[in-house]
Amino acid sequence: MIAALGLLVGIIAGLVLEPTVPLWLQPYLPIAVVAALDAVFGGLRAFLDGIFDDRVFTVSFLSNIVVAALIVYLGDQLGVGSQLSTGVVVVLGIRIFSNAAAIRRHVFKA
Amino acid sequence: MTDDPTQPDPDSGSHASPGAHGSQGAHGGHGAHGAHAGHGHPAHGGHVADSEPDQPGGRRRLLAAWRPRATRAQLLAGLLCAVLGFALVVQVQQNQTGNLSTLRQSDLLVILDTVTKRSRSLEDQAQRLEQQRAQLQSGVDRAGAAQQAALQQLAAYEILTGTQPAEGPGIQLDIADPQVTVSAATLLDAVEELRNAGAEAMQIGDVRIVASTSFADDPQRRGVLVDQQLVRPPYRVLVIGDPATLAPALEIPGGVLDALKQVNATGTQQRLATVEVRAVHTLAPLAYARPAPAPPP
Repeated sequence: MIAALGLLVGIIAGLVLEPTVPLWLQPYLPIAVVAALDAVFGGLRAFLDGIFDDRVFTVSFLSNIVVAALIVYLGDQLGVGSQLSTGVVVVLGIRIFSNAAAIRRHVFKA
Repeated sequence: MTDDPTQPDPDSGSHASPGAHGSQGAHGGHGAHGAHAGHGHPAHGGHVADSEPDQPGGRRRLLAAWRPRATRAQLLAGLLCAVLGFALVVQVQQNQTGNLSTLRQSDLLVILDTVTKRSRSLEDQAQRLEQQRAQLQSGVDRAGAAQQAALQQLAAYEILTGTQPAEGPGIQLDIADPQVTVSAATLLDAVEELRNAGAEAMQIGDVRIVASTSFADDPQRRGVLVDQQLVRPPYRVLVIGDPATLAPALEIPGGVLDALKQVNATGTQQRLATVEVRAVHTLAPLAYARPAPAPPP
């Protein structure tokens, strides 16, 4: 409940404030968002499994973001930034899908 | 229900595989500590297997989750979700407003290169079209000028051939001839004198004088036959030309006026600012002559 409310509050805040992304953050924000999405789906799945833990959620959320940003940064330094970003997005996408499948199984029993 | 091992569903397979869901797996591991308090066995497969019997409670748990509980876990999750939503919206808006600003340097270089090439080719094209336009424009101008000149020439020819009425400065010569003594030759002399003085359009009576106009004496001496038409005295000659040249040409000693006096006729002339030569000459269609191609200059 509070998580959903928080998501709503965040979306509304983003819509209302309309901040501009600082230049140094621009390459990392999309990857970070995808990584955070993955963490949220993982958390939801764990919650439905009955094994949700706030500490784990927090750590995985933050570490996902940091690792994703780090990979992009490293890729940029190596000159393969766009390819590596694609790779990260693909991997995270697969994970989101598998988590979504588990959630679906919990909710719809199918 | 999902009986993972037996179902060929790929989702089921990935669900059961330990490596495919890292963060969830991490949750599972810690969840074992937190929720289940089952210290010690964070193996993924085991957890999935453990949670399988709880699955009927999944939906119930989801419903239960809608009851707001201000636990630390809920608050923290809410905070992180708020951050996620915020970042999501910001990124989406960023992506919609300025999609160039999110691109990498190399991509930007490629785009810049493409745009530069494109703009150069467009500039070339614009220049070519500009030239073409200028050519067409000058062509139109030239055609217009040629048409204008042709029209002016046509008007001049129409006046010279006497097919159109004309007006302009000139003189009016009235020849009073009570005894009908003025011969066609005298009139022709007068006409030739006026032509020499630069007359551009003339008419005697109602007959336009052109290059082919004939003068003949009337057999019954009623007047003069001009172009086979009888013109009776007094003769009125309308002439368009420079009055200052035409009038002296008639007055010279031994000239037209003197010749008229000798045959008991009187010629009186007056200079006019506007003389209207209304009579027109009808051109007979040419039977033999055809326009020949202009000789090369």
